[in-house]
Amino acid sequence: MSGNADIYHEMIVDYSRNPINYGEIENPDVTFHDANPLCGDSIDIDMKIDENKVTDIKFHGRGCAICMACSSVLTEITKGKTLDDVRAIQKNDVLGELGLEHLQAVRIKCALLSLKVLKSALYTYIGKNIDNSEDANKLKEEAANLY
Amino acid sequence: MIFLQSSQTFENLRNDFPILSRTVRENKPLVYLDNASTTQKPNQVIDAINDYYRNHNANIHRAVYALAEEATEAYEQTRDKIANFINIKDRQEIIFVRGTTEAINLVAYAWGRPHINEGDIIVTTEYEHHSNIVPWQLLTQEKKAKLEYIGMDDNGELILDDLDKLIATGKVKLVTFSLMSNVLGTITDAEKIIQKCKSAGIPTLIDGAQAVPHMKVDLQNLGCDFFAFSGHKMLGPTGIGVLWVRKSVLETMNPFHGGGDMIREVHKYETTWNDLPYKFEAGTPNIADVVGFGAAIDYLSKIGMDNIREHEIELTQYAIEQLSKVKGLHIYGTQDISKRGGVISFNFADVHPHDVAQIIDEQGIAVRSGHHCAQVLMERLNVAATSRASFYLYNTKNDVDVLVNSLNRVAEVFKL
Repeated sequence: MSGNADIYHEMIVDYSRNPINYGEIENPDVTFHDANPLCGDSIDIDMKIDENKVTDIKFHGRGCAICMACSSVLTEITKGKTLDDVRAIQKNDVLGELGLEHLQAVRIKCALLSLKVLKSALYTYIGKNIDNSEDANKLKEEAANLY
Repeated sequence: MIFLQSSQTFENLRNDFPILSRTVRENKPLVYLDNASTTQKPNQVIDAINDYYRNHNANIHRAVYALAEEATEAYEQTRDKIANFINIKDRQEIIFVRGTTEAINLVAYAWGRPHINEGDIIVTTEYEHHSNIVPWQLLTQEKKAKLEYIGMDDNGELILDDLDKLIATGKVKLVTFSLMSNVLGTITDAEKIIQKCKSAGIPTLIDGAQAVPHMKVDLQNLGCDFFAFSGHKMLGPTGIGVLWVRKSVLETMNPFHGGGDMIREVHKYETTWNDLPYKFEAGTPNIADVVGFGAAIDYLSKIGMDNIREHEIELTQYAIEQLSKVKGLHIYGTQDISKRGGVISFNFADVHPHDVAQIIDEQGIAVRSGHHCAQVLMERLNVAATSRASFYLYNTKNDVDVLVNSLNRVAEVFKL
């Protein structure tokens, strides 16, 4: 296989069949939902946050293999991290893990939807629980401009 | 040209479409199966637009010089071609718009605002494109009216009992539906719906965007009150479409856009309107694309809409047969070929349509994946998305074979 379909390697297909951290958290400290208007991919992320640390994270929703694999990897990266470390997660931390750095533009939004939801969840949490609206707004902007 | 209907003749038509001879990705011949989205353009259409800009370009309906006369004539000729194509007697009932979306919005604004009041009901269907849902949501929300739906059965056909119940409320002021579903290909039983509405005195709007390019449509026969379709889905350019409105209804409508060309006299504080249809064509229109649209209608007329329909029935039948052999592939909608156009929506096992589309794109195949601007229908089918292959006159059985073969690759990657 060559070209764009190279992205469908073993790991992506496996994650799409058996996503990790898939499901819902009861009484999450923060939850956020977003969707890609053009393709209909739709992701929810729930988090438990304790002493500025993500103690648990789960996602659910519908999406293509790319979307599901990236959501799996992202939630795995996030789990156990401090909020500051979560903020620092960049696009390529997710894409690189799956060899998707050169994903074509039309599929980038599939790969990064969950990161957008995560950043949105974070600003929602900061806005609600930490008295720093400037910080929350900055994150909000970052989430909006992700792709 | 005497047109002999055979697959060979249709195969020859491919030479008229320059894009069909290009390759994509790694030297793969293009297999274009996204005709429900937009169609490719023959040389005749491309040349007509080119010729207009090279030799006749001027603004219409205004100046007296030679070019302006030529441009006006070319523009108005398309109106006559359309009248002939969909069998309308009165050319004044034909309004040029950007496309079906603008046509429906025009009706919602210019007819809906003066006619819809609090408590009224507008009826649409579960298999509409967003363009035949959202304008009515906007209107009913503004007017405190209600939007109701004719449901769809598991075969992809409308449940007309729903319409009877809604009509019985006595509050229905408009029934709007597509003549062919852009996702399932279902051909709506328009005659039955219109007959029910007529006997209750309710006007009807038909979204003909998917039907007009693929089958003979006769508006005098149909008897609806509003009809909309787009040029780009029938070999014409993008950005041009038609709204037809029965004159007795058109005369009760407010203007849509205010500006040049739609006026008779403008004074400081009042204006009188131009004659129909110009009252609804404010501003300099899309002249070049109207001319191109005319060339597309000539092209289709020469082949004959019945021949096109026959070709697509043959192709769709073949595609359904071949796709049904693929293990794990599910086709949505009716299997009754007389009730469906050349649109096939499917899902392949648990593989997301985006992944299907991307893998087969490597073989040069263009299919659409997603919700096809029909999220209400996706909800009804309980899926997030589907893959959709849709045919036109230049598609061949070979295109179907390439599609079916490419699905093997999907099965391989996803270990089906």
